[in-house]
Amino acid sequence: MPPEVVDVPLRIVRTSRRHDSATRHVSGSATYIDDMPEPHGTLHLAPGGAPVARGKIKSVDLDAVRAAPGVVRVLTAADIPGTNDVSPVVGDDPALADGEVQFHGQVVFAVVAETREAARRAVKLAKIEIDAETPLVTVDEALSADLNILPEYRFTTGEVGAALAASPHRLDGTLRIGGQEHFYLEGQVALAVPGEDEMLVYSSTQHPSELQALVAHMLKLPQAAVTVEVRRMGGAFGGKESQAAQWGALAALAARLTGRACKMRLDRDDDMIMTGKRHDFRADYQLGFDGEGRLNGYDVLLSSRCGYSADLSQGINDRAMFHADNAYYLPAANILSKRMKTHTVSNTAFRGFGGPQGMMAIERAMDDIAWTLGLDPLDVRIRNLYGDGRDMTPYGMRVTDNISPELIAGLERSSDYRARRKAIAAFNADSPIIKRGIALTPVKFGISFTNTFLNQGGALVHVYKDGTVHLNHGGTEMGQGLFVKIAQVVAEEFGIDLEHVKITATTTAKVPNTSPTAASSGTDINGMAAQSAARIIKDRLTDFAASFYNVPREQVAFRENKVFYGNHSVAFSELILRAHVGQVSLSSTGFYKTPDLTWDQAKAHGRPFYYFSYGAACSEVMIDTLTGEMKVERIDILHDVGKSLNPAIDIGQIEGGFVQGMGWLTAEELVYDAKGRLLTHAPSTYKIPTSSDVPADFRVALFDGANREATIYRSKAVGEPPLMLAISVFCAVADAIHSLAPGRRVPLDAPATPESILRAVKAVAQH
Amino acid sequence: MTGASRRAIKLQVNGKPHAAEVDVRLTLADCLRQEFKLTGTHLGCEHGVCGACTVLLDGQSVRACLMLAVQADGRAVATVEGLAGADGKLNILQQAFKDHHGLQCGFCTPGILMTLTECFADKPDLTEQDIRVALSGNICRCTGYQGIVDAAMDALRKMRSLL
Repeated sequence: MPPEVVDVPLRIVRTSRRHDSATRHVSGSATYIDDMPEPHGTLHLAPGGAPVARGKIKSVDLDAVRAAPGVVRVLTAADIPGTNDVSPVVGDDPALADGEVQFHGQVVFAVVAETREAARRAVKLAKIEIDAETPLVTVDEALSADLNILPEYRFTTGEVGAALAASPHRLDGTLRIGGQEHFYLEGQVALAVPGEDEMLVYSSTQHPSELQALVAHMLKLPQAAVTVEVRRMGGAFGGKESQAAQWGALAALAARLTGRACKMRLDRDDDMIMTGKRHDFRADYQLGFDGEGRLNGYDVLLSSRCGYSADLSQGINDRAMFHADNAYYLPAANILSKRMKTHTVSNTAFRGFGGPQGMMAIERAMDDIAWTLGLDPLDVRIRNLYGDGRDMTPYGMRVTDNISPELIAGLERSSDYRARRKAIAAFNADSPIIKRGIALTPVKFGISFTNTFLNQGGALVHVYKDGTVHLNHGGTEMGQGLFVKIAQVVAEEFGIDLEHVKITATTTAKVPNTSPTAASSGTDINGMAAQSAARIIKDRLTDFAASFYNVPREQVAFRENKVFYGNHSVAFSELILRAHVGQVSLSSTGFYKTPDLTWDQAKAHGRPFYYFSYGAACSEVMIDTLTGEMKVERIDILHDVGKSLNPAIDIGQIEGGFVQGMGWLTAEELVYDAKGRLLTHAPSTYKIPTSSDVPADFRVALFDGANREATIYRSKAVGEPPLMLAISVFCAVADAIHSLAPGRRVPLDAPATPESILRAVKAVAQH
Repeated sequence: MTGASRRAIKLQVNGKPHAAEVDVRLTLADCLRQEFKLTGTHLGCEHGVCGACTVLLDGQSVRACLMLAVQADGRAVATVEGLAGADGKLNILQQAFKDHHGLQCGFCTPGILMTLTECFADKPDLTEQDIRVALSGNICRCTGYQGIVDAAMDALRKMRSLL
């Protein structure tokens, strides 16, 4: 790896800084899209959804809708001047259904009215007749019908059939892994403002450039005539990567047709019914292992519910495959992915992007091995880790930055795992009803978009005559602290206080053709781009100062809001003024592309990731074997963020990601009926973790180490990896159930709700 | 809507008199946001579960999305915009949320601050567990609640030291 060269002490980066909007958030003055003053005459949209999941549309009678009070216009597919599509890749997501519907709630029409309430009331007056067909709702139904939305895909390494056959121990099993609703607190919202042959769309989106392109195609406008802006989102988690587009596009369509500003803010029930979720998976696996618990062969079929369209399912299912190994070396493996089409909403990006589901299967495999051989599951995990001579992934990338053994050993010590396991065994021996369990599980998560071209970032930096800096970049702020981190990078570069860097809203008008803020990559790519822009300006300033003050370039330095030259200094703002008079350009773009990535999709081989982020968590739980009730008692986390740019922000990501993962695996259950209707379409029926579900004993530490790769100040991405630390909670629940009948495998499916726990308790007790 | 479905209301919001003629079915949350332009009260689920729209009515927490504006007629409403001093100085609770990184996307923050404001006024002897239970009607999807609970405990300590 190239050595890190830091010639001046760092003052701004690698320090804990508050979220840039913290004061606004606690004062209620942070503006989300629904808080913006509405342009005069703003109209409001409400979506009309399909009453059944599948069938040809026979008739749509909207006369009563049009006649309803306050209604200005009703939109159907026929009203779209250009392309009726809001999909990210494939072109199979109509903004308004045309001819057929493929999931319950699919948008068939949209009402544009003087008020949101008038629009929502009018929606109810529609008469939609559909020639209903029986929907395929579950993965199993889609597998039976062999209905795929995308071709299957496979990684192979070694001869798995022979490895399984030669193994002294063999097992097979099935694990079902539930989906997850994002429940960003701010629901989907967009405000479109028409201009002179132009369209400005404010959208709560992680992907402004994609919405810009979709709106342009839909309205037959050049992309240069469409601007998308987002200052902040009230949470996103992947749910606003591709699926914010429909609402922004419909608002823009309405604005184009009425000539008035149009806002679309989804009702929460509509939001949960009409937007996709984390894919639920079924994992069918075969294991071959030796008497020490080391895997010889792993054959896994990962089948997922993609929903009615492709959306981002290719990348998501690929990422599940890329993480089918998690932190473990697989001498021989066959990793097969089936992407099933169902007549349900199109499932989409969600923090981890398929990785968590891939990891869940192999973590169950580790437990299976331990239960079968009577070993401590931690020992089985440690024995299977990547290591010397065992460093090749199933997709041909060598693991060169492996810190798992050291990190796990550190957490094993700091969590006091061994002593607690003994204490738990003693407790369980005396406690027939209440059982405790513990698990320590690792995470190794690949960082980079696996669609290699997306690994690029852009920025725009201006320095004004008073020495203040205007910062813009391609990333979007959804609460994760991206903006403050990038401002820290720019302030560090100019040697000025953070307060002098003005953070501005993301807009396609300042930085074009951006990638989504996704794949945990926001800081990595946009931080480097912003640093590059700042360095270009700083180089010009250095040249100017050297010439103006007649000193060698090497004697010009920027720090403490000053520029030092020789034995003298001048205020940064003063140098800026002099440079302006000296006709120096004080504005620059910056660009970055992640180096050294290769991926051959046809051969399933290459280096798709720049590096890996690592972590481990130890969770202890208590279950009531009569009611299925579960309580998390203690959590210990050791997580690798390289050299943190902002430890407070990173710890917040780790804690928040963990709890979100815990919700996915223990509480949050999506229930569809046989007709494909989502029954859990509000937080009243869909259980999201609250403060009382999180234990007071929650210990989080950052692993001390630098990124081996030359990332921005040697930091590592942090957005997604911590979510998968929560697999330790799921495994701890299984461990508690296992105490009822040692040696038996625990058929616990995710989420481990009380019902799921009781089913598993009964299953192991009945043997 | 007919004229009979509208009614004039007068109420105190953050200590200042406010008046409006509203549709009788208008929620208090929509009234605050649309009529009075107080957009710090956020709408998350609009059926009383997420807690983002929590405000105080005569000192007691209510879900502004479940309450009608006409029900607040003649009463005193407190919202997040009223927490800071007239000079804009953050109060102890607000400052603690800032100091302890008790927020990320910020959307749930106003509701959480109002829930705690009621809580702290009632009982100064709260434990951490009490705070976790008190906040269990406010969903935060970002933080995992650690920063929030730390901030609440810090604010409580500082308030007690002023007693």
